[in-house]
Amino acid sequence: MKKQLRALFCAALVLLLSLGAAPAALAEDQIQVTEDISVSGDYDWKRFEGQGVTLNVYNWGLYISDGSEESVDVISAFENLTGIKVNYTTFDSNESLYAKIKSGGVSYDVIVPSDYMVGKMIEEGMLAPLDYSNIPNAAGIGAEYLGWPFDEENTYSVPYMWGTTGLIYNTTMVQEAPDSWADMWDVQYTGNVLMFNNSRDAYAVAAKKLGMSLNPASVEEVDRVIEELKAQKSVVQAYVMDEIFDKMEGGEAALAPYYAGDAITMIQDNPDLAFVFPKEGVNFFVDSLCIPANCKNKEAAEMFLNYMCEPDVGLANCEFIGYSTPIGKVWERLDDELKYSEIAYPSQEVLDKAEAFTTLSAQVNSALDTAWSDMKSYDEGGSGWMVLVFLILALAISVFNIWRRVRKKLRNEY
Amino acid sequence: MKNRHLRLLQRTYVVLIFCFMYLPILVLAVFSFNESKSRTVFTGFTLDWYKSLFTNRMILSALALSLAVALVSAVVATVVGTMATVGISAMGRKSQLFINNISYMPVVNPEIITGVSLMLLFVFLQNWASKFDALPDAFFGLPTLLIAHITFNLPYVIFNVSPKLRQMDSRIYEAALDLGCTPRQAFFKAVLPELTPAILSAFLICLTYSIDDFIISYFNCGTLQTLPIAIYSMTRKKVSPEINALSTIMFLVILSIILISNALDSRRYKREQGLGKAGEGR
Repeated sequence: MKKQLRALFCAALVLLLSLGAAPAALAEDQIQVTEDISVSGDYDWKRFEGQGVTLNVYNWGLYISDGSEESVDVISAFENLTGIKVNYTTFDSNESLYAKIKSGGVSYDVIVPSDYMVGKMIEEGMLAPLDYSNIPNAAGIGAEYLGWPFDEENTYSVPYMWGTTGLIYNTTMVQEAPDSWADMWDVQYTGNVLMFNNSRDAYAVAAKKLGMSLNPASVEEVDRVIEELKAQKSVVQAYVMDEIFDKMEGGEAALAPYYAGDAITMIQDNPDLAFVFPKEGVNFFVDSLCIPANCKNKEAAEMFLNYMCEPDVGLANCEFIGYSTPIGKVWERLDDELKYSEIAYPSQEVLDKAEAFTTLSAQVNSALDTAWSDMKSYDEGGSGWMVLVFLILALAISVFNIWRRVRKKLRNEY
Repeated sequence: MKNRHLRLLQRTYVVLIFCFMYLPILVLAVFSFNESKSRTVFTGFTLDWYKSLFTNRMILSALALSLAVALVSAVVATVVGTMATVGISAMGRKSQLFINNISYMPVVNPEIITGVSLMLLFVFLQNWASKFDALPDAFFGLPTLLIAHITFNLPYVIFNVSPKLRQMDSRIYEAALDLGCTPRQAFFKAVLPELTPAILSAFLICLTYSIDDFIISYFNCGTLQTLPIAIYSMTRKKVSPEINALSTIMFLVILSIILISNALDSRRYKREQGLGKAGEGR
C-alpha cells in the first residue's frame, strides 16, 4: 500500500515537472517576461528601450489585469519587457472619455472606447489609422469580432473585449423564469426591477422590447421608446450601474439587465441568480484598443496594442475582467467552465439576434440625451408641487432676510 | 419626571445624529474586512484587502498624487492667502469690502463652474502659447492641477485668517514697533504668532478640500489621475473593497491627527490657565 502510494506520488511529481517544463520547452521563439507571461520572440520589443518613452494609456476602470487580488500585473510586465513607461489612468464611461479628449489639452497614446464611440471618433477624425505591420498579433483575433459597422475595415480599432447584455434574475423571487425584456415592465415585480443608469443601454432594453432597433434613426423613434421607459418608471426600483452587483447579490431586486461577463461574477457569489438572453435580442458590444490622432508616439502605442493581443496577456486580462475574449488562442486556454459557458460565449442563435450600437447622428443623439434626462426627472404628479414649494420657500427666506435688515436699519437709526 | 423624559429625548437625539455621521463609516470599515467582494453579506474576516491595497500600483500612485498635490497646494495657498489677508487688512474700508466679496465668489460658485472655466483658460493658454513654444509640453497635468487646487484653496485661507487678524489688537504691532522692532521683525515676532492657530486650521482645511476634490481635478488633471477620479472610474465594474480598506486607513489617520492635536491644545490651554492664575495670585 505504502509502495503504491509512493509510486503514485512519484508519477504525480513527474507529471507536474513535465507540465511545468512544457511551456519552457514550447517557448523557443518566446521571450519569458514573468512567470505567467511570455511573448512572441520574433518581434522587436526592445526598440524603445532607454529612450525615456512614456505611454499614456486611458482605459475603463478595473479593465486590465493590474496585479490586484493575485492577478498578473500585465502593465509592469510590459514595462520590464520594453523599457517603456506606462502612465495608466482610467475612465468611467465612453462619454467622459470623449469629453476628455475633445476638451483638448491632453494627449493619450492608447484609449479603449466601445463600438459606437469608436465610430463617432472616427467620424470626427480623432483616431489614427493603425499600422498592422507593428501589430502582428492582431492576426489572432477571430473573424467574427472584426468588421463591425462602426469600423468595417478595422482601420482604427483592435477588439479588446466583447460581450452582450442580458437579463439577470433571482430565481427565488420570480414565479417563472423570465425570457423577455417585457418582463421588466410586469407590474407584479413593482419595486423589484433595476434598470441601467445610462441612456444608450437603457434605450436598448426598451427598444428591443418594442421590437425596434437599438439605434434610433429619427427623433420620433426616440420619443416612442422613451415613452416606454417612462411607462416602466413606476415598476423600477432604481436606475443604477455597479450597485446592481450588491442589489442582486443581496437579493434586493428580482430583475436587472447587465453585461453578461458581470452576470457570471454575480452568479458565482449568489447561486440563486440566473441569467437569460431575452428572446427579443440583446446588445452586442466590443471595446476596442485605439490610438488617438494626436498621440505622441504612435509606434510605441502600436507595440502596446500588439502586447495586449499576446495570448498570455489576453488570458490574464480575460480572467481578471470576466468579459469575453476575441482572441482564439486565449479562448482555447480558458477553464472549461468559462470556455463553454453559454453566458460568456453565447450560441450563434443569440449572436444572430444581437445588435451592436452604431454612431447616432448629432440630432438624434442630442434628442436622446434630452429625452433621457427628461425621463429621469419625470414623475407622475409630484414634481410640479416640489418646484412650487421650493420657490415659495426661497421667496419666504429672502423676504424674511430683507425684513430683518430693514428692522435692523430702523433700530440703528433711533 | 418630566425632566427625565426630556433628558432621554436629548440623549436619543444626540445618539441619532452621531449615528447618521458615523454609521456609514463604520459600515465601510467593517466591509473592508469582508472575505468576499460583496457589500451586503459578511462572509468572513480577512485582511487580504489591506494586503492587496498595498500592491495595487494604480491606487497607490493615485493616492501619492492626491497627497502630493494636497500638500503642495495647501502650503502655497496658506502662504499666499496669509499674505493676502495682511495686505487686505491694510486697505481702506471700501476696497476691503470689494476685495473680500470678490474672493468670496469662488466659494459660493458651484465647483463645476470653477473647474470648467479653469480648464478653458488652460486650454486657451496652451493653444496660444504653442504658437510661440512658450510652455512646456507637459503643461496640462501636474502644473494645471496644482494651479487649480491653489486657486480654490485660497479663499478658504483668507476667510479663516482674516477674522483672527481683525480680532487681534492692532496695538500689539504698534507696541512692537515702539519697542524697536523693524516692521518685518514686528510681523514675524508679534503678528504671526497671534495668527498661527488660524493659519494652521486654514492649512488643514486646504489639505482636506484638496484631497477631497473631484470635480475641479477631473477637468484639470490632464493625463494624471487623483484618488477620487480613480475610484469614480471603477463604477462600471464594481468599486473594489481595497477602496474600503484605504478609506478606513485614511479615516483612522485623520481621526488620530485630530485627537492628538486636540489633546495638545487642551494641555496648552490648561498650562496657560495655570500661568494666568499664578499671575493673579501674585
